[in-house]
Amino acid sequence: MRDEAHKRFSYMIIKKEKLPFNLRGQVIYYVGPAPTPYGKVIGSAGPTSSYRMDPYTPQLLEKGLKATIGKGQRDKAVIDSMVKNKAVYLVAVGGAAVLISKTIKSSKVIAFNELGHEAVRELEVENFPCIVANDIYGNDIFIQGVNEWKR
Amino acid sequence: MREIKTSDITQAVKNLCLEANYCMGNDLKERIRYFSETERSETGKEILSVILENYDLAEKERMAVCQDTGVAVFFVRIGQDVHITGGSFYNAINEGVRLGYEDGCLRKSIIKDPVFKRLNTKDNTPAIIHTRIVSGKELEITMMPKGSGAENMSEVRMLRANDGLKEIKNFVIEKVKDAGGKPCPPIIVGVGVGGNFERCAILSKIALLRETGKPNGDPNWAMVEKELLEEINRLGIGPQGLGGTTTALGVHILVEPCHIACLPVAINIQCHANRHKTIKM
Repeated sequence: MRDEAHKRFSYMIIKKEKLPFNLRGQVIYYVGPAPTPYGKVIGSAGPTSSYRMDPYTPQLLEKGLKATIGKGQRDKAVIDSMVKNKAVYLVAVGGAAVLISKTIKSSKVIAFNELGHEAVRELEVENFPCIVANDIYGNDIFIQGVNEWKR
Repeated sequence: MREIKTSDITQAVKNLCLEANYCMGNDLKERIRYFSETERSETGKEILSVILENYDLAEKERMAVCQDTGVAVFFVRIGQDVHITGGSFYNAINEGVRLGYEDGCLRKSIIKDPVFKRLNTKDNTPAIIHTRIVSGKELEITMMPKGSGAENMSEVRMLRANDGLKEIKNFVIEKVKDAGGKPCPPIIVGVGVGGNFERCAILSKIALLRETGKPNGDPNWAMVEKELLEEINRLGIGPQGLGGTTTALGVHILVEPCHIACLPVAINIQCHANRHKTIKM
């Protein structure tokens, strides 16, 4: 789920409309997969940049979302909201799209089908490779990593 | 005069779209292998090896290296003794993009209007086509799928004529630092210096087509590239921004003459998946 679906979710939350799925306890992967080749579960499916979802993420976290997966750093409002709502942010390797697609065992569009690759999908994954970037205590791997290695 | 049929151009473009998105260049793989040896962070090392593994898998499975198969950007050099027959040259390229992106399961990411309705054109057209008339009777087409994650971190800045090297370097470092992990480091930094407002932007993109990490032909600029690369790799951003000593694989600067009163500089950031393929017809 990515930009356009987030915009719609945000609008629906403000309008107090029922969301296409219950966010409580869920994990959202920021991805717009490539079309599915014949005989495969899904096309190339690496993470997209998370910062574009920052304006909407706190709203979703307030609704019980527990984790997001993407690439690149988040803004302060998102990090604060993760601490408040006890949620985490994980990063996957950007550009490792074929490798990641192999860990996706099933994929089903569950909302906004008309958006094509921007539609909301339900994914079932196994051994999905990712790293915790922000934990529930406010730690940030982007800041810690850079501080450790800058010379 | 030599005739080239548009149908042949379409076929060539279709193949370029597939090859560029599936197969990474050996220069790039070599460069990443080199940095895998020098990278000091364990996480960084692991990310670089995952990136290489993904390249191999993409090539083997004939799948897009990255799901963002980008805007189809073309740099075309048309020999002035070439006569293109059988219809519009631009249509021929767009038709090749349409076929390549459809048949190759490449993502279609182009919207008709950037603001209103944001309707997808559904075939990844229109392509962005830069043409240059050159001498001879060859047609050279370079296709570059440019993803948006890195493109979004790019900028054109009109520096003051006397700002010189110091401000050019400051600008590059500022952009790379601000981008952090967003453009999928290790990145390649394309820099265009001179020309004018629009020309330096194009130069910064053409700079990305150079063999990864190959030094500038001009020793002065080669030194600037080397110094910038070292400074960037001291920032600590590392692979994917998680910390490390490999933030960039190369800084490529392309320079052209400019007006006495200006110093146009463009920075085009490229993710590690520096995809481009060329054909000569």
